[in-house]
Amino acid sequence: MATIKFILNGKKVTYVGNPGLRLLDVLRNEYHLTGVKEGCGEGECGACSVLLNHKIVNSCSVPLANVDGLEVITIEGFSETKRYSVIKDSFEQTGGVQCGFCTPGMIIASESLLNENPTPSDEEIKIGLSGNLCRCTGYQMIIEAIQKASKDGDGLW
Amino acid sequence: MKDISTSIKKVDHEEKCSGKALYASDYFFEDMQYARTLRSIIAKGTISLIDIPTLEDGYFIVDYHDIPGKNVVKIIFDDQVIFPENKVTYLGEPILLVVGPDKAKVESILKSIKVHYVEEEPIFEWTDSKVHYHFSKGSLENSFSKANKLIEFDYATSYQEQAYIEPQGFIGYTEGEKVTLIGSIQCPYYVKNALILALNSKPENIRVIQATVGGAFGGKEEFPSLLACQLAVALKKVNKPIKMIYEREEDMISTTKRHPSKIKMIASVNESNEITGLKAIVGIDAGANIGLSGVVLSRALIACTGAYTIEHLDVTGDVYITNTVPNGAFRGFGAPQMLFAIEMFIEHIVKTLNIDPLALRLKYLAKQNDHTSTSGLFRDPIIMPQMIEKAMALSNYKDKANEYSKNNLYKGIGMSWFLHGCGFTGSGEASHIKAKVKLKKNKDGFIEILIAAVDMGQGVRTTMKKIVSDILKLPIEKIIYNLPDTDFVPDSGPTVASRTIMIVGGLVARCALKLKDHINEEEITLEENYVQPSYIKWDESTFTGDAYPAYSWGVNIVEVSVNPITYQTTIEGVWSVYDLGKAIDERIVMGQADGGITQGIAYGYLEVMEHSLGKIMQKNFTDYIIPTSKDISKMETIIMDNPYPLGPYGAKGVGELTLVGGAPAVAKAIEMAIKRKVFSIPMTPEKIMELMNNGND
Repeated sequence: MATIKFILNGKKVTYVGNPGLRLLDVLRNEYHLTGVKEGCGEGECGACSVLLNHKIVNSCSVPLANVDGLEVITIEGFSETKRYSVIKDSFEQTGGVQCGFCTPGMIIASESLLNENPTPSDEEIKIGLSGNLCRCTGYQMIIEAIQKASKDGDGLW
Repeated sequence: MKDISTSIKKVDHEEKCSGKALYASDYFFEDMQYARTLRSIIAKGTISLIDIPTLEDGYFIVDYHDIPGKNVVKIIFDDQVIFPENKVTYLGEPILLVVGPDKAKVESILKSIKVHYVEEEPIFEWTDSKVHYHFSKGSLENSFSKANKLIEFDYATSYQEQAYIEPQGFIGYTEGEKVTLIGSIQCPYYVKNALILALNSKPENIRVIQATVGGAFGGKEEFPSLLACQLAVALKKVNKPIKMIYEREEDMISTTKRHPSKIKMIASVNESNEITGLKAIVGIDAGANIGLSGVVLSRALIACTGAYTIEHLDVTGDVYITNTVPNGAFRGFGAPQMLFAIEMFIEHIVKTLNIDPLALRLKYLAKQNDHTSTSGLFRDPIIMPQMIEKAMALSNYKDKANEYSKNNLYKGIGMSWFLHGCGFTGSGEASHIKAKVKLKKNKDGFIEILIAAVDMGQGVRTTMKKIVSDILKLPIEKIIYNLPDTDFVPDSGPTVASRTIMIVGGLVARCALKLKDHINEEEITLEENYVQPSYIKWDESTFTGDAYPAYSWGVNIVEVSVNPITYQTTIEGVWSVYDLGKAIDERIVMGQADGGITQGIAYGYLEVMEHSLGKIMQKNFTDYIIPTSKDISKMETIIMDNPYPLGPYGAKGVGELTLVGGAPAVAKAIEMAIKRKVFSIPMTPEKIMELMNNGND
């Protein structure tokens, strides 16, 4: 048992329990943040992506103890922001969403990428997304979505 | 009025982006229990004893003793059990479930169970044929006896894993006699019908609801019925909500995959270098039970001539049973294997005869009113010549092919031509599926689409709503299409076989037209049933007649470079032209096109799955490599209008068409780049190295 304090989607939270649990399980089972998906459990697919101190991590590979004192943002928190709204609209207009299972993770990856590099090249986007698998789209429309968000964001990043 | 193809916002866009869409694992119930599966660690044998530890209260073992009905997963043949009584037939076969409230404890019970086996010699060779098909067209004997030359080559294809990002899973609960399952499925009624048999239940006591589906690609066609039967048996025993979600490794080692195939092709050629006949001998590996393999085989055999017309044919096929994980449905359903073989074979005939490839291919390209491989008729216009011209111009095919063939640049460009039959094979729609759809006008003026079609990412919730909204001239917001629930929707058939828009959408459109005449009534429900066009005739026993009511067509061009030191292939460009009748939503179709060909190309060069003595060697995305964003190149796609009279707005099938041509296109490109004949896929760096060292040009 341990007490882990962290900021979750803008709110201070205190979790008392096993610090060895995967962040993914705590987010889904304790906080019911089911926008965070489990696709592989091995840090390969990126469906469980969240922002940890505003950098993308696979929450399946992060033990809860590691988030003590840090800030975690899931798709539920990020979807309250203006940046989300721009990314979401670009995904709509380019067709970047099919089954949707990778989508929250892809949107988190898009944010992490644009936050570091507001005007990425296609090549930089491909590298930025390479930790997030999508089986439906073949990625092209997602890459176009990020280009579009970068343009439409107009200084948001 | 806007053209129906003009894209609109997908109706599930918001909920999928925000993470609010509920997939099977996102449902939570009070007092929820977890189920995990104990699996066979041998490929063949008899269970002599199972040591089970003393269980704490609230924990259960669920096995064959608990099945209230028949120990069979209803698919086609009664050869798949829900839980084995004592015989195990493949490594990874589910033997029993452990169910309880604490996941970790369930896991530890699972680990402490010891199964004692008497092992038997497993069969991995393809010798035990359980389904054998044969058909012919014209007189091949005559062609062969008069032939100037017989040309023969062998082709082979490997496993492919669907690799949907959301693993298989269900959650279920009971209410009195009634069992409800919410799952990641393509076919709600397949699951329902399987449960009726397994539980020996009245139909009204089984309810199946589709959760949002995180990708399927065929992998959630028949496999979920097994999982559902096991879970339902557990629900009957435990009487509490149970969640059963596979982990990735469990999913990869134990669920159905694309059938490995071996295909022998023999062509007879006359003095004028004309192909006078073709013999195809096809074998596919079903794994430990037949499942859908017979149907997969028949679709492969029917595709034996690809996009070409060849007058004299003799075609045989076998489904072989081995002690390996059962194979099943995967987007393309037998066609990807066959189209790889026929496209490579035509290329190899050309090389053997040293003639112009394009001239030969164009000469045999199917035309309207030609007879199909099964002596049916291509009734509708075939616009392949324009499509080929467009694709070649777009990709600069001729110049590139010329340059890459002549020089040792380790570059190649490959072009595949193909067709895909839309809907169920033969009279399947009329005799087997008998689709029924309903439209309901509610008092509040909303129109409800009542069908069992599943949106698994391909966008049918949006396209179906568009059809109804357009016909009734109502805003899209006035149309309701909830995730199918068998308590409310009729059986419009499974979401498979590129049938959803053409068949189910066609019925929905006809029903909407009828509703138009009743639109002023306060409340009304109308029904529409599938009726086969009278001119479609099919004889299942001889494989004669119209195998499909309509065909979609495609051209794929793939350009590659091969690194002569690492033997790695890089995709440099992808161009596609498709005739799918009419796009109900252009952006949705473009999405299918990108995603389909990415899977098809990866099948040809990237995705490796093998078994060793029955054990699947690739267990996660760390070792089963699917394309990442770094593996793709720019893809350009053109969609042609060629309306099919019986499809809604002229629409034909889309989903599978976009996958089936990818592998031959990339394999031909690699063949050109390395100047060696390619006979098998995937063309991994190891195989390329082997060919470059020892292959034939």
